[in-house]
Amino acid sequence: MSKAVVVKDLTKKFGNFTAVNKLNFEVDKGEVFGFLGANGAGKTTAIKILCGLSKPSSGQVTVAGFDAYKQSELIKKNIGYMSQRFSLYDDLTIAENIRFYGGIYGLKRVEIQSKTKEYVKKLDLEEFEGRAVIDLPLGIKQKLAFSVANVHNPAIIFLDEPTSGVDPITRRQFWDMIYSEAAKGKTIFVTTHYMDEAEYCDRITIMVDGKIEALDSPSRLKKDFNAHNISDIFLKLSRKQNSTQN
Amino acid sequence: MKTAIEIENLAHNYGLVEALKPLDMSIESGTLFGFIGPDGAGKTTLFRILTSLLLPTQGTAKVLGLDVVDDYRKLRPLLGYMPGRFSLYQDLTVAENLQFFAKLFKTTIQENYHLIKDIYDQIAPFKNRLAGKLSGGMKQKLALSCALIHKPELLFLDEPTTGVDVVSRAEFWEMLRKLKNYGITIVVSTPYMDEAALCDKVALIQKGKILQTDSPNNITESFVKPLFSVKSNERNSLSKDIETFGKTDSFYWFGDSIRWIGDDEKDADLLRIYLQQKNHQALEIKKIKASIEDCFMDLMKGNYE
Repeated sequence: MSKAVVVKDLTKKFGNFTAVNKLNFEVDKGEVFGFLGANGAGKTTAIKILCGLSKPSSGQVTVAGFDAYKQSELIKKNIGYMSQRFSLYDDLTIAENIRFYGGIYGLKRVEIQSKTKEYVKKLDLEEFEGRAVIDLPLGIKQKLAFSVANVHNPAIIFLDEPTSGVDPITRRQFWDMIYSEAAKGKTIFVTTHYMDEAEYCDRITIMVDGKIEALDSPSRLKKDFNAHNISDIFLKLSRKQNSTQN
Repeated sequence: MKTAIEIENLAHNYGLVEALKPLDMSIESGTLFGFIGPDGAGKTTLFRILTSLLLPTQGTAKVLGLDVVDDYRKLRPLLGYMPGRFSLYQDLTVAENLQFFAKLFKTTIQENYHLIKDIYDQIAPFKNRLAGKLSGGMKQKLALSCALIHKPELLFLDEPTTGVDVVSRAEFWEMLRKLKNYGITIVVSTPYMDEAALCDKVALIQKGKILQTDSPNNITESFVKPLFSVKSNERNSLSKDIETFGKTDSFYWFGDSIRWIGDDEKDADLLRIYLQQKNHQALEIKKIKASIEDCFMDLMKGNYE
């Protein structure tokens, strides 16, 4: 099976501070990969490197077959990204947002037009079509943002807390969209603070203090840690960390 | 028991958008009260009205016996408010921010230090750092310290745990429990349904409407539909097979299992036989108690226009 992401001994230092400390993992094509960890554990630093926005201090990183040191521009072209904090331009309409992102990724005018039609139909957006994105309910906005992150048909989509603050029904609809893209062979790299969502991933990693402390399928991790749910594993890892510090 | 908040026919519109639909409710003194709901439910609008920062379109609200519109000057010194967005002075240090808020409310840090000691001690090593340079968790602790330094009678916390990891969230709720013991009424909002269980009483809110108000236990007890958890080794085909089963009110994933709600409890036996015929190995079907999230999803369905 071909690998979407290969990370070997990835380390990132800021001065004396080691934000990311010798990460090792591989993500398969078509896998839903959960990237979890406490605030400040180093997730954002690692994601920035995987997205080609920051260079590693040492180690090897290949994303969609491209090298993070020498080919970061090619990485950017071959990934999609959406986050809870920033995804679409609030003061542009749905069509304008799609045109903007489609244009950035070099799509032809006819392709942008057909994508616009496709998304409006698929997400049932007819009533919102001429309105600014700010008027969309959050759940619909996040579903649209996911589609727009996919507009240039990238190999990998990075989702940074995509469902934060979204209602429980729409959250599940969002995961249906994730699954249907993964089934088409797209790789999904996702972060979340909802522990039930961690269970929806094929495999998860849990980062603590710049290191990966757990990496496996949710069911195997629960067995290994003798835990009822992912929340328990989190608590166990953080207690372990505290006891080694004190 | 004394009433801390009394709301009558309160509503708010932003232009044509009904952010808060006409609402009547009261909150007792000394409770830890949670507004549970997704973004856009109206939580922040309600908090801004109750803290006298926004005029309601209609209706009245009394907080600590004072009208939020007419008596706002008397009311404000009695309230602590931690907005959802970090609102301290980024270009002042940790210590300067705290000093500023103490002075603004005509008190001193020493006078009420016991209230914030547990929280502030954790950030005190960084007291000369600019607030803008703090990590998310430390900003949150500083914001809470600043909201408490004048010993408010009532504390409003708007989504203090959004975007925060599970471990830090658990610690934050422990701090709230301790504050409650000082007799402070605490009103908190959150989009995380599992945090409802940590409140004395909650209001489930969506699209500007309160769906239900009660203790978390009473809310989950009031869920009367037959609810079962279904697990099998064939995770991928499980939802497809349940979909074709028929006799189903609704079903959805919940962590590693599917929640299945039937029209009739007896149908669970039929579901078992049906799934066994579909070759589901290690099948586990058991009746379970509803969580707040199950209740919320059920109530939401009735709230779609």
